[in-house]
Amino acid sequence: MSEIAKDLHTEHMVINMGPSHPVTHGTVKFLVTLDGETIEDLKVEIGYLHRGFEKMCESGTWYQVFPYTDRLNYVSPLINNVGYALAVEKLIGIDVPERCKYVRVIACELSRIADHMTNVAAGGLELGAFTAFLYFVEARELVWDLIEMLCGARVTTNYVRIGGLKNDLPDGFKQKTLEVFKRCRVLWSDVNKLLTKNRVFIDRVRDVGTMPAEEAIAYGFTGPCLRACGVPYDVRKANPYLVYDRMDFEVPIGETGDNFDKYLVRMEEINQSMRIVEQALEQLPGGPINVDMPYYRWQSKDDIYNRIDSLIFHFKTVIEGIKPPPGEVYLAVESGNGELGFYLVSDGSGKPYKCRVRPPCFPLTAAMPRMMKGRLIADIVPTFDMINMIGGECDR
Amino acid sequence: MVADLIESVAKIVFIFSINLGFFAPILGWVERKQSAVMQDRIGANRANIGKFTIIGLFHPIADAVKVLTKEDFVPAGANKFFHTLAPFICLVPAIATFSVIPFGGQYELFGHHVNLVIADLDVGILFVFALTSLATFGVVLAGWSSRSNWSLLGGLRASAQMLSYEVAMGLAIIGIIMVFGTLKLSEIGAMQENFLHWGIFIQPLGFILFFTCAVAENKRVPFDVPEAESELVAGYFTEYSGLKFVMFWMSEFLEIVTISGILTTLFLGAWHIPFVTDAMLLSFFQFAGPNGATILAMLVNIATFFAKVIFFIWLQMTIRWTLPRFRYDQVMRLCWKMILPLSLINISITGLVLLLWIK
Repeated sequence: MSEIAKDLHTEHMVINMGPSHPVTHGTVKFLVTLDGETIEDLKVEIGYLHRGFEKMCESGTWYQVFPYTDRLNYVSPLINNVGYALAVEKLIGIDVPERCKYVRVIACELSRIADHMTNVAAGGLELGAFTAFLYFVEARELVWDLIEMLCGARVTTNYVRIGGLKNDLPDGFKQKTLEVFKRCRVLWSDVNKLLTKNRVFIDRVRDVGTMPAEEAIAYGFTGPCLRACGVPYDVRKANPYLVYDRMDFEVPIGETGDNFDKYLVRMEEINQSMRIVEQALEQLPGGPINVDMPYYRWQSKDDIYNRIDSLIFHFKTVIEGIKPPPGEVYLAVESGNGELGFYLVSDGSGKPYKCRVRPPCFPLTAAMPRMMKGRLIADIVPTFDMINMIGGECDR
Repeated sequence: MVADLIESVAKIVFIFSINLGFFAPILGWVERKQSAVMQDRIGANRANIGKFTIIGLFHPIADAVKVLTKEDFVPAGANKFFHTLAPFICLVPAIATFSVIPFGGQYELFGHHVNLVIADLDVGILFVFALTSLATFGVVLAGWSSRSNWSLLGGLRASAQMLSYEVAMGLAIIGIIMVFGTLKLSEIGAMQENFLHWGIFIQPLGFILFFTCAVAENKRVPFDVPEAESELVAGYFTEYSGLKFVMFWMSEFLEIVTISGILTTLFLGAWHIPFVTDAMLLSFFQFAGPNGATILAMLVNIATFFAKVIFFIWLQMTIRWTLPRFRYDQVMRLCWKMILPLSLINISITGLVLLLWIK
């Protein structure tokens, strides 16, 4: 055999997978060197969705950053909103009212449900299971209906404010949520039946994209991908923010960190997030949703139109922007993909001096070559889907 | 002589029109609609003439118009001759294979012997295999001549997959040929008049194996690795557009029909209704006179045959919209390590049973 192979002149095939390729959603390019179907080398090229997020933030007021954060991880924009708001509040030293904290938790968890559903569904779609995809898209649609009810938008939510929220929960939100979750659970079990015990699906995802826990930590993995490796690190448990310490929820972990574990972790987290939302709705206290600090959070329109001091505060915060004290702060929240961190520097002016985002999917994308070398080209599909690289967040 | 000619022409026209005029366009619609039903969607319903949409049935016409007016694109550096030839090589066998499949029995009509199969070859089933392997050339040529890496990978996968599954498919069918003792499809069909003699009861394992191989040979999900759209964009027909693209698409649908026809003939009693013999049918239609009764019985048989074909088409569509896709190496492993040994076991058991008990 080796004799024959010696005479056979073979070459590696270098192939551009992306940036416009069905599997590279989020616009990324893989430069793949193939030996037959086996991946000899894989280089990831990111940056196709770079739009200067951090620089844009520096040229707007602290408030004007919110719409930009919507476009980071556009599948779960509310978590980005909350993360940025919490970071600025930490910088200023604001403690938002209880009700606001609960509503933010609800918003975050709804976003996480939508995020995980999209991810699992797309994973099925790319492996050819179109039906599972559409079942979860229906469920996500219902969750987005809730988000639309909450803030009027479905994707670009722009809902959270520094020191409060754009508006309170609408009437009948609790009832609608419970109805939606009932349907979501039915669809969840449908997808579970279609995929979790499907031999073809398991063969495609099991033992593909495995990662030892130490190496995953070294790469900087967070979120479902790290938990799939068996490390029970969840920012909501490790460093509770808002009112997560009062919620009763489990953190699912996997064993080997392969794509099947990532899938199972995400499926279970959908359930846990639904539990959190239900608890938060149950415990929801009354009271205001905004802090009473007119320098940072403007007062009601009624006050602004009728009281001179409110009008002046409003004018100052809109024209000059709020002015957090000089200093720097890092704060991380658990986003759909993992630890989403905001590092903010204030020089005491109305604009952020620096607004840096730690995207959870950047280290995950960086580990693609490590996970893919020596595997088959078809293995890129489930692996890249399960790390859930979101271009808007990774490239910023 | 003239009657023979008329009979042949009528049969060819009938099969041609039902395949190219009915099945090929309608299957595109069925695939959309059935997937929509399975996925809580509405499906194609926009094409209309005035207010009438007739549940989206105008879509095949709209598709045809769209396809005919599309640019016929040949990539720079492609081998234009083979690039054009490949879809024809795919389509022609797909159309021609149906000629050996009997869609009804043999009848005496106005003193003329009517045999409802275009070409009643003695080696019918071998002819089917011969023609389906020709389609492999089309796929490989398409992959090679496009001068695109994706097409090339798709073509390579397709050639390996189709060649492997042809071996397994051939072996899966040996059992049933041993039982019936003939390769002539019309004879195999005629032997299944008794419900309990249907191929599916005699050779249940053979049926499952052959069905699996048939789906793989058609390159449909879960075996659609040559065109796996998430890995290889569209596999071997990535660089095709317009009418040539549709020729690949039509050959895929016609292969589904053909495979369903073969499955019906070999395993599901061909044109026979369960528990109803030909004599019973004829006596049931006695009121229409001898020739009228024959014609009615013939029509019932043809309808039965196509009902079974449609059942198999439905089954393949359901599988296509339920399962995810295999990986390339898993497809090959399934073929060589599962289906091939199982079909060999099937052949041995069939041989033993025939030798010891039936003989």
